[in-house]
Amino acid sequence: MSFDALLILDVLLAALLLMLAIAALHSHSMHQSIILFIVFGLVTALAWARLKAPDVALAEATIGSGVAGALLLAALRDNRSGSAITPSPGRPAWQVLSVTYLVIGLMLTAAWAFLDAHANNSGPRLGGLVQAELANSGVGNPVTAVLLNFRAFDTLLELAVLLAALLGVLLLGPARPAPRPAGPVVTQLVAWLTPLLIVSAGYVLWVGAHAPGGAFQAGALLAAGGIIMRLGGSRYSGLPSGFWMRLIAVGGSGVFLFVGLAAMSGDASLLQYPRDWAGTLILLIEIFATLSIAASLVLVYLGGRPDAWAPDQERGHA
Amino acid sequence: MIDLLSAALIVSGLFFYFAGTIGLLRLPDTLCRLHAVTKADNLGLGLLVFGLVLQLSEPLQILKVLLIWILVLAASAGGGQLIARHVQRDPGERS
Amino acid sequence: MLETSTLYGLLGIVLASLGLHAVILQTDTLRRVLAINILGVGVFLVFIATAYNGPDAAPDPVPHALVLTGIVVAVAATALALALRRRLESSAEDGDDE
Repeated sequence: MSFDALLILDVLLAALLLMLAIAALHSHSMHQSIILFIVFGLVTALAWARLKAPDVALAEATIGSGVAGALLLAALRDNRSGSAITPSPGRPAWQVLSVTYLVIGLMLTAAWAFLDAHANNSGPRLGGLVQAELANSGVGNPVTAVLLNFRAFDTLLELAVLLAALLGVLLLGPARPAPRPAGPVVTQLVAWLTPLLIVSAGYVLWVGAHAPGGAFQAGALLAAGGIIMRLGGSRYSGLPSGFWMRLIAVGGSGVFLFVGLAAMSGDASLLQYPRDWAGTLILLIEIFATLSIAASLVLVYLGGRPDAWAPDQERGHA
Repeated sequence: MIDLLSAALIVSGLFFYFAGTIGLLRLPDTLCRLHAVTKADNLGLGLLVFGLVLQLSEPLQILKVLLIWILVLAASAGGGQLIARHVQRDPGERS
Repeated sequence: MLETSTLYGLLGIVLASLGLHAVILQTDTLRRVLAINILGVGVFLVFIATAYNGPDAAPDPVPHALVLTGIVVAVAATALALALRRRLESSAEDGDDE
């Protein structure tokens, strides 16, 4: 009987996700679309929990829904205060029809391919391989082991992608204007939420070695602290200026690359950590990655070239 | 026995969520809807949390779940105040 | 009998199709960014659904790691897209001779 109840839960969750996506994409108000997208992200986190993916659920709730939602709302606010919103013309009917038929065809083909692949579920599963080598990886959480040891190269390049996006955003125009001073409720809320978020980030980072968690989720929690500091009226969200800013921003990928290259000093290849040091090296990389991810996400939220990068300008605190 | 109590608490929490949702959909004004949603969801979540706490054994887990409730209380109180202040300043916005 | 992984995999395909449809046909940039994100979530659902090994066994961690990477890259791309949009709009209203 409990199996049927979970199936009903899954069907309801799937229907809810579908309705939220359709409502977010076809709503008339942009504001409503973004709020619905944030809710969509949070319900997706529930779907990840149902699919036994707690690390992904944490990341989706913090990064995919929280930080992305904050970025979208900030972009909407710029739109409203800046240029006038011109109503955009719709597309001609033949375009709409042809694209719709094409996408439906793609969807049916993909669904058929998925069901076919799912039915013939043969071949070795990667889970067994990871479990076999988990003891040699230095951590207990298999997802962290894959991210930072077995597929460390992918994570190194991912941090580089984040750095590239940060550089792109910093080059594209001036920073956002100074925030309005916030009311007493927000100020008090921020005052005790930020230390809590910092402690939670440290906890999630530490616990990521043997339970769901890790550097990305912890970095996103810290970034959330930075974002609410900005909403509470702090101009630079407590980030340092100039040289230290650059150091933190490149620290994640930099330390990762350095550790990977240093590991080659034995007879090993790139990123092949010595087995006894693997746990410590992973923690070291994760600490710098967390700081780097947090700083990058807050900087892309603040947007544009912050005045702090110019070495001979005074930094004003709002 | 504990399972029964836990189920009763969770169901009553769900009733409050239901009432809050009906209030959100049917009440005429933004401030009224805010009242319904905030009160009902805080109490609903509290009952849900207490029902779940009865099922847990480790004190650290219980602390974490209670912390979730306290954080949601603070966030909804702060958010409610901000929405109400915004509505008070711009009463012409669509509710 | 409908398995959990089949249900979520098909849901992922439908969400990805919705996102793709909206990306091509919508004209407002913000809405297209939203559509790309929803397309991303659909693809991730297919990944994680194939990694699901049933309610008793542990799932495959490699697709989880790939999706984790994908979420962060999606947010980074969204941030860059929004910054580009802001710059395009401000240069469009400054005049077309930029």
